[in-house]
Order: sequence, then structure tokens, then C-alpha cells
Amino acid sequence: MSGVGVQLHQRVEVGKPAELSSPCFTDRNNQTRQTEQSVPIPERRGESERGGERKAGQMKLFVSEGNPHCVKALAALELSGLKCDVQLVNHEERVVPFLNRPVIPVLLLPSGQHLFSANAICQLLLEMAGKSTDESKQLLEWEATELQPALLQALHKQALQGKSSEAAAVLKGPLGWLDQYLSKRTTSFLTEEILADIVLGAALYPVLSDPAFEVGDLPSLQAWFNHVRELPACQSAAQKVLNGKGLEALKGFLQKQPVPHLQRRDSPPSASEMEESEPVMTQEEIEAAAQAWRKGLPRCSATPQKKHPILPEEGKRNVLLTSALPYVNNVPHLGNIIGCVLSADVFARYGRLRGWNLLYVCGTDEYGTATENKAREEGLTPQEICDKYHAVHCAIYKWFQISFDYFGRTTTERQTEISQNIFWRLHERGFLLEDTVEQLHCENCQRFLADRFVEGVCPHCRYPEARGDQCDKCGRLINAVELKEPQCKVCQQTPVVRSSKHLFLDLPKLESELEQWLDKSTSSGDWTNNAKNITRSWLRDGLKPRCITRDLKWGTPVPHPDYSDKVFYVWFDAPIGYLSITANYTSEWEKWWKNPQQVELYNFMAKDNVPFHSVVFPCSLLGAQDNYTLVNNLVATEYLNYEDTKFSKSRGVGVFGDMAKDTGIPSDVWRFYLLYLRPEGQDSAFSWADMALKNNSELLNNLGNFINRAGMFVSKFFEGHVPEMVLQDEDKRLIAQVCWELKQYIQLLDKVRIRDALKCILNISRHGNQYIQVNEPWKKIKGGDDDRQRAGTVTGVSVNVACLLSAMLEPYMPTVSQTIRDQLQAPAHCSSATLGTDGGFLCTLSAGHPIGTVSPLFQKLESEQIEALKKRFGGQQVPSSMVNSAQPKPPAAVEPTVNASVSAADPERAKQLAAAVAEQVRTHTHTHIHIYIYIDTI
Amino acid sequence: MALRELSSLEKCLGLKKPNKYSTQGERKVPVLQNNNGPAVVGLVTIASSLVRDAKKTELLGNTAEQRAVVQQWLEYRVTRLDSCTKDEVKVILKELNHYLEDKVYLAGNSFTLADVLMYYGIHYIIMELAVQEKEKYLNVTRWFDHIQHYPGVRHHLPPVVVLRNRVYPSGQH
Repeated sequence: MSGVGVQLHQRVEVGKPAELSSPCFTDRNNQTRQTEQSVPIPERRGESERGGERKAGQMKLFVSEGNPHCVKALAALELSGLKCDVQLVNHEERVVPFLNRPVIPVLLLPSGQHLFSANAICQLLLEMAGKSTDESKQLLEWEATELQPALLQALHKQALQGKSSEAAAVLKGPLGWLDQYLSKRTTSFLTEEILADIVLGAALYPVLSDPAFEVGDLPSLQAWFNHVRELPACQSAAQKVLNGKGLEALKGFLQKQPVPHLQRRDSPPSASEMEESEPVMTQEEIEAAAQAWRKGLPRCSATPQKKHPILPEEGKRNVLLTSALPYVNNVPHLGNIIGCVLSADVFARYGRLRGWNLLYVCGTDEYGTATENKAREEGLTPQEICDKYHAVHCAIYKWFQISFDYFGRTTTERQTEISQNIFWRLHERGFLLEDTVEQLHCENCQRFLADRFVEGVCPHCRYPEARGDQCDKCGRLINAVELKEPQCKVCQQTPVVRSSKHLFLDLPKLESELEQWLDKSTSSGDWTNNAKNITRSWLRDGLKPRCITRDLKWGTPVPHPDYSDKVFYVWFDAPIGYLSITANYTSEWEKWWKNPQQVELYNFMAKDNVPFHSVVFPCSLLGAQDNYTLVNNLVATEYLNYEDTKFSKSRGVGVFGDMAKDTGIPSDVWRFYLLYLRPEGQDSAFSWADMALKNNSELLNNLGNFINRAGMFVSKFFEGHVPEMVLQDEDKRLIAQVCWELKQYIQLLDKVRIRDALKCILNISRHGNQYIQVNEPWKKIKGGDDDRQRAGTVTGVSVNVACLLSAMLEPYMPTVSQTIRDQLQAPAHCSSATLGTDGGFLCTLSAGHPIGTVSPLFQKLESEQIEALKKRFGGQQVPSSMVNSAQPKPPAAVEPTVNASVSAADPERAKQLAAAVAEQVRTHTHTHIHIYIYIDTI
Repeated sequence: MALRELSSLEKCLGLKKPNKYSTQGERKVPVLQNNNGPAVVGLVTIASSLVRDAKKTELLGNTAEQRAVVQQWLEYRVTRLDSCTKDEVKVILKELNHYLEDKVYLAGNSFTLADVLMYYGIHYIIMELAVQEKEKYLNVTRWFDHIQHYPGVRHHLPPVVVLRNRVYPSGQH
């Protein structure tokens, strides 16, 4: 190990005033300007070095201004006392041919090798000057792997975004560690070698020398830094690179750095991970993006008006879109809305912008016991109940701006006609079986007990709370009459077994055909993972015949004379609603539903609906052998929870469709937030506080702020006319970044990843805000001609980004999207031109285009307002209209909907019932589940 | 991961007594606790100290210049490669492929520690490449195959099959 004394002596030696005079850089034309120093080159170490190798004069160092890594290299060069050409280049200069991104500093070695790591450059220079470097390596590794990522992020936050507290938070860990490390040392330096001091001192120079950084009280660190910055080599290097401008000098450099991300992975990224990757763009890609942008908007191509009825057309992409039919007799809650109609709406709007020939149908599912019960409760006929609630549904979806092409219902002539036709075809082809069913009948309640309304001991595993169709413990399917010790869940009486003749769909006979079709559909279409898994698990156990008839009145009558007093079971009947609703829309409905060659069918639903759409209904259609269109893409969401609890579980909490309007929060903001947390891939939770946060941070401060600023600059600085744009490198870079996000957006939405695609919109406005922030058009407008032209270009590019955002927002926030276009007076067809087949990010608002009046798009959600809403909807709160009579009622034993209204008279009982009902519904796999339990305990 | 590669490195260097390592922090940085003296922290630092223990300092480079080049690629490994996202993987392959165009090893003509650690770090990426991609990054693949067959290197990692005859027509960039 080299002697301490010698090292320190050398330190003093180099500590003499530097003979370097400013300016020491040259640009390319002026060739080299170099550091000429007279410090003698000490004896070199290392036995293997051959003479003549140290030709420092043949080396060349490339540096750029405002780059802290260059402070390292220049300081080391000065300390080494070696002669070396130094050339100043700009940040974009690609000195190293094999690196994709420009990296500075670079030391070109006599051998022609490029050293592109500042730390390695320092090591080499000092080693050549005879200094030992081994002891510093550990700190250098720490600097490169721990400090640099944090530093880059902190500088980014401080210099580009002005977020000093966030910057301080990022640095807290590494700086604290360093302070502690230094406090344990007896000398003022990091090691006995100078290398570590130079590298870390230079790296931290912008942070520790700028009072804007609040680094906190770190005495040892400050003391050390004061020593290091006093070193003349350090001083002069910092002066050359940063020009005494502090952080300001770093802006240009930081903009060229990839946005730093602190989270590192412990394990290597797997092939399936694509998240959060930042674009890596080559110069060619950037140029191509700018080229495409300059093309501008095509002249003609007015948006073709929708003409009803929409029918499949040859040569077009014909997309048929359905969302699960909501059960009529109650008000849908937010979970239902995001799960079905809203998700499908985003996709429908997107598809229309893409120029697909698309039909979006939905309607209320109206048959079944639930309606019968509700009718009895309200003293109306089932038809009247359906009429009443159908209107409620329509109003809610209208408020949420769901763009159905047709919203129908299942209680129609067409429904009867088509269901009965499918029934007869299945019957003729031998896919129906007849069997006598032993059913549980509750003498007390006077009804046959639907599967979920009977509980008993599991015949397989003896679990005491098994349900009529499935045991929660062992997961096996059960026939209700096999249950040991059955109990009616409503009145706790023991039901009796009665027999009755029923018809069954022979699923086992259709199984192999189904599997063949499933293989094809799931591999060629977009099925969400949960849809594939649920389907697979159904097939794994083997299919069994399923009963399609029911002893009820309110339903589609079974046309077979032997079953004249029966109706179709809801799962058989309800999906046929898609067909009959389309038939009510157009008499040519078969062009959609019996046309698998031309039509692509998307089904949207929550995951509990999957088996009926992937197994049971396809079997009905396959068995009918009538060339039906079967689902190609099955999109199922997970569940949305409410605050920390289940949306409508035991406490009756949540926001219901009709109440969203009363909150005073605009429909678009509701849409945004629900889509932002769309349970895509995993469950998510609605939270009032989070909604306010997302509104204020994402909509107001990010998206709204950017669009508003862009428009305001045009109004204020350029008399409301889009200015001339002369693109420079950084404008092109922004355009390329925006293009990349747009590409992601399209790729994601094509795969129905609605939530993920929304993030791309927010990323674009983030890039845009940063672009404005760095270029400061409000300052440049006051400058000379060049500055004014810059201000114009930046404003013009920004307002065009705003126009692009309006197009991308259209599926998510239709009103806001339209408002932006109105404010900018953007051509009507710009959205479809941007998102259509030949689209992209185009200069839609060219120089001279007049814009309208610009005003803010979003409002802040205040915390008091949010607290009040949280109180109003958070648990145990009942809107007065929903509180029924004071007479406690048993929960209506209905299926598949449960509606329990219980008053304060017996809170204990209310709790029990609510828990029981919620429990009962938890694993319910029926077509539609809507639970509304209102408990008034006040 | 880092720990397994350190123990493979020990075997590769012919060190008889295996060291015990721990990790620290979110990134699971390896730590080697020496009996005497302070702990050695960081993959590159530990690996370099193992090389010195084994008295094979030529693996760190024979000249100052070569030592700097080795150091640079070791840094590249623990900064660029270890924190790369899916998209960056392609960039890294592209860069290495370009760099290795006229080189046998990362530090030119001699095998060094940079080759060993880069091989350990990039193995999972090469594993997942399709034949076509392996051909696209021909120089990386050639280098990789060379290193995996270097006596004593491979140890804990499965071999990756590299075809020597091109399957796809050339000319794709």
C-alpha cells in the first residue's frame, strides 16, 4: 500500500493554484484547447506497464457544460498533471459510436478505445499519475449504484420541477449514510486516496454548493465537502463546467437524461413485464416523428356521421360490443358501472375513433324471481316494476354518458321468439334431456328454494355451511337435495323434497365441440386472464347437464306443451337478451349475430359472469347449429371495493349510480376516477380521499394545467393565433416522446387495457408541462427575435399536444374532450384523423389558426367537501328515500338479487341478516349480482 | 442472485474456502464480512477483492488502461444492466453487440473479470432470446458462447444453446 505521507504530500502539491486559465474549452471548429500544466508526472506504479504506454498527449477528453460527471473528469485530469486535449461538445454529441445514447465525458485512449465512465476515467488518470486507487473502489461502486440514481432524480425534481422537498427526501438516505461514514473517519477525507474525494465531491457539487437544496444538518458531510471544494482542481473544474451558474447550468444536461427511476428490481425483469418503461429513442426515430408531425391534418375526411341501423360492412372491421345486462330491479352501484357499461363504453368510443364499424348494445335483464318479489313489495305488476326501473337505469347511464347504440330490455316479443327458437333447435338436435328433479320446497315460505337459499352439511367434506349448489370448503358442486340437514335460509325451517319434471341442456354432449371452439377463441382473441382461468377450471371438473327450466311465472314461457307452466331459467334466457335487444334495434339483427365470418364479438363483464358467457351460453348457441356469432374477446374485470371494505357487503355502503350525480362532481371526473382504478388484473378500491387527490394532482395540476397553459399562451402572447413553429432538437424530442406514448396508448387499448392506456395520456401532459417549464415561453416572449421565435415554437407545439390530448381523452372524458376542441376551435375530424389507421401525432393546429376562449377545465376538490361526501356515503348511511317502513322485514328471498331493507327497530337482527345475505351472495355465481342492503341504525 | 454468482466466482478462481455473504438494503447489495477489517460491500468490490485473494490480478487488467476498461464494464454491469427495464434490454444488447464487433473479450484480447460478471448478469436475457434475436445480436452471442465455455466459468447457470450456422438470412438490422 502506498504511503500515506507521500499521498498527502502530493495532495499539497496539486493543491497549488492551477495554471489553467479560462476559457479552457474550444468548440469543434477551433480544435483543441488544452490543459497545460507543469506538475511533474510522478513515478508510475505497476510492474506490468511498459514504457511508452503513457502517452497522455494522445488522449482526448470530451466534456460538456452543465454535466457534473465532467467536473469529475476535469478535476482528475488537473490533479494528474497529464497533458491531454480537452474538447467541449454539446450534450447530444454521440462521441462513443457503440452507445445508443450520447454519453459525456468520454476519454479517447491512444489505443482508440473509448472510456465512457467518468469514474473509470478518473481512475485511469490518477493511476497514470502514480496514485493508488484500489481503496476508493468501494466508494466508487456505491456512488455509481446508490448515489447516482438518487442524485439524478433529486436534480430532476429540483432543477426541472422545482420540487425541493421531494428532492431532499430522495437524497436523505444516501447523504445520511455518507455523513455517518465520514463521522467515523479521523481525517477530513473519504480515504487515503484522492480518487474517492474527487468523484463524490464532484458528483455532489451541484447539490451541496446550492443553498436551494435542503440537505438538513449533516456536519461531517458539510465539513468534508468544504475541504474538497477548496481543492483548486475541484474549484476550477466546477467553474469550467458549471460556470458559477449552479443548478441553472444543469438544466440542459438533465433534460437529455432518461427520467430517473429509483425503484430497482431485485430480480431480472421477466418477459411479461412491460410496465413503466421509458422510451429509448434513436435520432432517426426522433426525426421520423417530427417529419410525420409536419404533415399536418389531411384536408378532407370529414367524420362520417353514424347512420342507424349500423350493420356489418364488407371490408371493414365489424365489432359487436356487449356489456353484461344489468338486473333491472335495482340501482347499479359504481362497481357495476365500471365492471360493465363504462368499460365497454370506453372501448366503444375508442373503436369508433379508430374507424371500426362498431355496434354497442346493452339493456336491462328483467325476468326472474327478483322482479316478482319487488312487484309484490311495491304493489305493482312485474311489468310496471320493469318499466319503472328501466327508466332509472337509462337516466343513470345517460348521466354517465354511456354511448350505447341501443339500450333495450329482455321482456320483449323478440326475446320470446328467439329464446323459443333456440330452445326448439336444441330440442330437435337432441341436446335437451328430460329429468325429474327433486327440489327442496319450503312449506313455510310456499316456494321452491333456489340453490342459494338452502344451506346444510356438505355430503363430501361435512362442512356444516355448504350451499345448495356448491360447498365453499371443498369447492365441489352439490345438488341441493344431497345436502344433509338442509335449512331454508329465510325462515330456518327444514324444507321438504318435491319432484317436478324439468329440461336440461346436455352440456357433456357439447363439451368437445366447446373445447375446440374455446381453444381457437382464447388463442386468437383477447381474453383476460381471469376469464381464461375461470373457464379452464369449469372444464377441468367436466361439464354436467344443466337445468334450463324453472317453476316460476315471470319469465319467457317454455313452448313445449309438457312444460306449459314453466319458464326458462334466467341463465339460459338472459344472454339471449343480447340477440333480442339487437333484434329490437334492427330487423337485420342476424347480420350481426349469425355472421361469425365478418363480426368480432366483445363481451364486457365482471368476473362472476364469466362461466355463463364462456361455457354455458356458447353451448346453447353451438347446440342450436345456426351459425351464431360466438364471443371472440371476453373482457372481465375483478372487483371494485369501497374504501376499505366491500362495496355492498354487510354494511350497505357505497355510491350508487343515481347518487353520483348528487355529489356535484362532474360525470367526466367520475368516469376518470373509476377508469383510473378500473380493477384490471386485480381488485381495486374506491376511496374518497384518493379521488380528491387524483382530481387535484392528475386532472387539475397535471392535465388541466398543461392544456390551459398551452391555450393561454396562444391567447395572451400571440393574439389568439397559433404562432409559427421552427422545430429544434428538443421540440422534436418532445414530439417523439408524445408519439411513443400515443403508440403505447393504441397498443394498450387495442388489447382493452383501459386503465393502463389512461396513464399514457397523463404521461404526455407531464412531458408537456416539463417542456413548458424548461423553455419558459413567458420569459422568452419578452426577449429578442430569437427568443420570441422560441416562445412561439414552444407555444405552438404545446397547443398541438393539447389538441392531441383532446382526441386521446375522448373515450375517457367525452365532455372535457369536446370542451378542449371547442376552446381551441379544433377541426371536428382531428380526433379520428389522429387515432385512425393512418393517424399519429399531427400538427393539427397550423400556424395562424385562431383559437377560441380558453378557460380552466377542472375544479379543485376541497377536503371539507370530500369529508362530507365520505360521511354521507360511508357505511350505515341511508338516503331517506330508501328507508322503508318501521316494520322489520325479512330479507326478500330472491334470486339472483337480494334486497334487504331493515330499519332501526332491530339493529341486531339487521346486522345478522345483512351478514347472512352478504355471505350468501359472496360466492354467488349467477348471471347478475346486485346487492343492496340499507341498514339504518341511527 | 448476486450471492450465487459470487460463490461461482470463488470456484472459478479456485478459492478453496468459501466465504459467507450477507446482503443489505432494498437492492440486496452483497456484503462480505472479513474477520479483520471493515466489511466489503458491493458486487464489483467483492469480486475484485476475491480476484486479489486468488492472486489473479491479471483478471483486473494488466495495464492502467486495461484496468480502467475492466472497471468501466464492471460498472456498466451493476448500473445499466442490473437496473434495466424490458425496453432497455434491447438497447443494451445493441450496444454490446456493436462494441464487441471487433473484440474477443470486453477488455479487448484478454479474458477479465468484466467478462465473468457480465456473463452472469446477462445470462437470463440470453436465455430468453429467440434464435432470430440471437442472430441479430451475433457478436454478443458469440462472446457469450465463448465465455460460457471458458473453463470453470459457467457453474450455477444452465448452458445456452447457440447455433453456429445462421438460420435466417442476414441483412436485418
